[in-house]
Amino acid sequence: MNPSGLPPLASLPGPQIRAVHDELHGDLLELSMGPHHPSTHGVFRMVVTLDGETVVKLKPVFGYLHRNHEKIAEGASYLGSMPYTDRLDYLCSMTNNWSYALAVERLAGQAVSERAEYVRVILAELTRLLNHTCLAGFLLQDGGASGTPLMYAFREREKILDLFESLSGSRMMCNYQRFGGCRADPSPAWLDSARALVDGYGRFLDEYEALLTGNEILMARTQGIGRLSPQLAVSAGVTGPMLRAAGVGYDIRKVDGYGFYPRFTFRVPIGADGDTYDRYMVRILEMRESIGILRQALRDIPAGPILDPKAKQRGLRPKAGEVYSRIEGPKGEIGFFLISDGGPNPYRYRVRPPSLINLTILEDMCLGQSIADSVVILGSVDIVLGEVDR
Amino acid sequence: MSAGPTDAHLLERAPFLLRDWLTHALPEPLRWFANTLIAIAAILAIFGTLFALLTLVERKVLGRVQNRPGPNRTGWFGILQPVADGIKMLTKEDIVPRAADPLLHFLAPVALLGFSVLTFAVIPYGRDLVAVRLDAGVLYFFAAGSATELSIFMAGWSSNNKYALVAAMRALAQLISYELPLLLSAVPVVLAAGTLSAPDIVESQGGFTWGFVPHWHVFTPWGAAAFLVFFISALSESNRSPFDLPEAESELIAGHLTEYSGFKYALFFMAEYFGMCSLCGMAVTLFLGGWQAPLAALEFIPSYAWFALKLCALLLVFIWIRATLPRLRMDQLTRFAWKFLVPLALVNLAASAFWSLSFGWAGPMQALRWAIGIALAVGPFVLLGRRLGAGIGPRTYRYA
Repeated sequence: MNPSGLPPLASLPGPQIRAVHDELHGDLLELSMGPHHPSTHGVFRMVVTLDGETVVKLKPVFGYLHRNHEKIAEGASYLGSMPYTDRLDYLCSMTNNWSYALAVERLAGQAVSERAEYVRVILAELTRLLNHTCLAGFLLQDGGASGTPLMYAFREREKILDLFESLSGSRMMCNYQRFGGCRADPSPAWLDSARALVDGYGRFLDEYEALLTGNEILMARTQGIGRLSPQLAVSAGVTGPMLRAAGVGYDIRKVDGYGFYPRFTFRVPIGADGDTYDRYMVRILEMRESIGILRQALRDIPAGPILDPKAKQRGLRPKAGEVYSRIEGPKGEIGFFLISDGGPNPYRYRVRPPSLINLTILEDMCLGQSIADSVVILGSVDIVLGEVDR
Repeated sequence: MSAGPTDAHLLERAPFLLRDWLTHALPEPLRWFANTLIAIAAILAIFGTLFALLTLVERKVLGRVQNRPGPNRTGWFGILQPVADGIKMLTKEDIVPRAADPLLHFLAPVALLGFSVLTFAVIPYGRDLVAVRLDAGVLYFFAAGSATELSIFMAGWSSNNKYALVAAMRALAQLISYELPLLLSAVPVVLAAGTLSAPDIVESQGGFTWGFVPHWHVFTPWGAAAFLVFFISALSESNRSPFDLPEAESELIAGHLTEYSGFKYALFFMAEYFGMCSLCGMAVTLFLGGWQAPLAALEFIPSYAWFALKLCALLLVFIWIRATLPRLRMDQLTRFAWKFLVPLALVNLAASAFWSLSFGWAGPMQALRWAIGIALAVGPFVLLGRRLGAGIGPRTYRYA
């Protein structure tokens, strides 16, 4: 696919990094960062080769958190895998749930109630707010701010988690979506508190941006750093805010129009330089669009059943066939590929993890940058190891 | 080691009265020796306590800025937290890596603490309250202060750890780079005061214009610029955010401290805070009038209280900056020193010379003097800053 008519990758010059290696310049230093390291966002390891402080080679090593998710799911019932999807990207259990529910619904041909579609949009956009807020906090933490942005971000995240908890009973492992709808109906009081949160979120973003976006140290640390060309991004299958920061306006909410997204008006911000600053800013701007979607959804949400009681959950046996469903998760395209042989559990179950696929180009972005930048670049990729390793 | 001011009131004389009461029975050479020991003990005790309190205050203030309470479990408002930390540090195992150089690994924190304590000797804490009255006190201060670089490199090299080694290289580059603007920004003060002795520099800042504007150097155009350069360099010299590169947590784990544990780690920590205190003390001495009261009517408050107050205010600004700013990168850090601070300090030297030359200007010439002085101080700041910030700035975004 070539969505923006870009020239092929092979015609572009690659990063021209050649380590000078003689008695004047000394040896290269190979540094193993992680899996125990404050800024590798979990048990991730980068084997970095340094020339002075410049990265000349970077090898990502992962798999420390492999839990055999996909094979286990092939032995579990369709519903039995739902709580397991919470643990993929544990910041975004709501969108993981939705993507999986969508796959099974398509496989089984189940319809979704109108109220449930609205609730799904609301929860997905709340998840996007939560994820991007955390990312902005962690990114600044990687850039050396001593916790203040992170704590501001976590204050807001806490409010969203409170909403999730009162709706689903769990802060992060929500296990909320069901085939054909949602597990619990949000009360009017819940919707009111969601409205209050959405109304206050713009103010929080203003405050956060006043603290950081115009900060010269932040701009000096992120502008022109970790450039990702749109060609490379498209060739590597990068999705989500990273792809849009590289200048490709590709958002599955617009492209596929799944759920009720075509009913809402929102814009898709795109970057021009594809550097770390763009990746940060695109997420900030996306949050502002999410607030708009949430306002519309919370205004228009209809009454009605959230889940058809006759919709089959346990003992679901979809007819034989295969399906790939995807949604625009906060980190990118989160998709599930299922093959059914008509039995009670999927014959094949496969996750398309945005974190892992976005991570594959880490070396290309880090070459020629300093070790300090590689940490910030990794932060701007936005990975969760639960999803990278599965 | 003077007898202390005799005309001042009791509180002002209290430290001297206490010392004389303790040592008056001793014969003369022994008495001098005892007096010196008391000065050393007092400095170590006061700054040791300040260090303990500062670790608590720093965590409390950081907590408040970040909307959390900070330590509040040990004692009333967490007041016993430093004690708990101290006990924890003392009882922890002291781990020396097998591949480390044990002698250097041991020597590094000790030497660092030694050098940072040395700098306290020449700072005037109050009227006549200075441990050693050196004619070249300011020079001595910078000489002792710059020796700390050696210990940090020692720590990084002897640990035999790659993170520590990278940190040691960073520390050397950073500390040497910022030594220069630090020194250069102190030179105008020496030029204006005509002396290298710290107590005399404080004396030269006494008195008031119109009875309420103190003659502190920070209230002159060149003084304000020099203070800014000095303060930024001091942030860097004491490895504080946004210049905390040698121990950049998010990149280098703990930098040169990675392989240190237990009490050796505590010693590093202590030396770092001592360095911060002494640099702030020197900033107060050079630019903020030392122990002088800000208003003539407030001179009844003892001079050492004023010094303590100014010192604490500067330390709070250090903490405030740490809570607010992200970190610079190594190349940006050195570029900032060599392309911004050093030229600024050099131009400022000329500004200060002009200020001394135009001392006699009166009437309308006085306004001209201020105009030229401000132009000489602010002009290079704006011009150099514009060059430094070239290529970065806010962006506008389009939507697909």
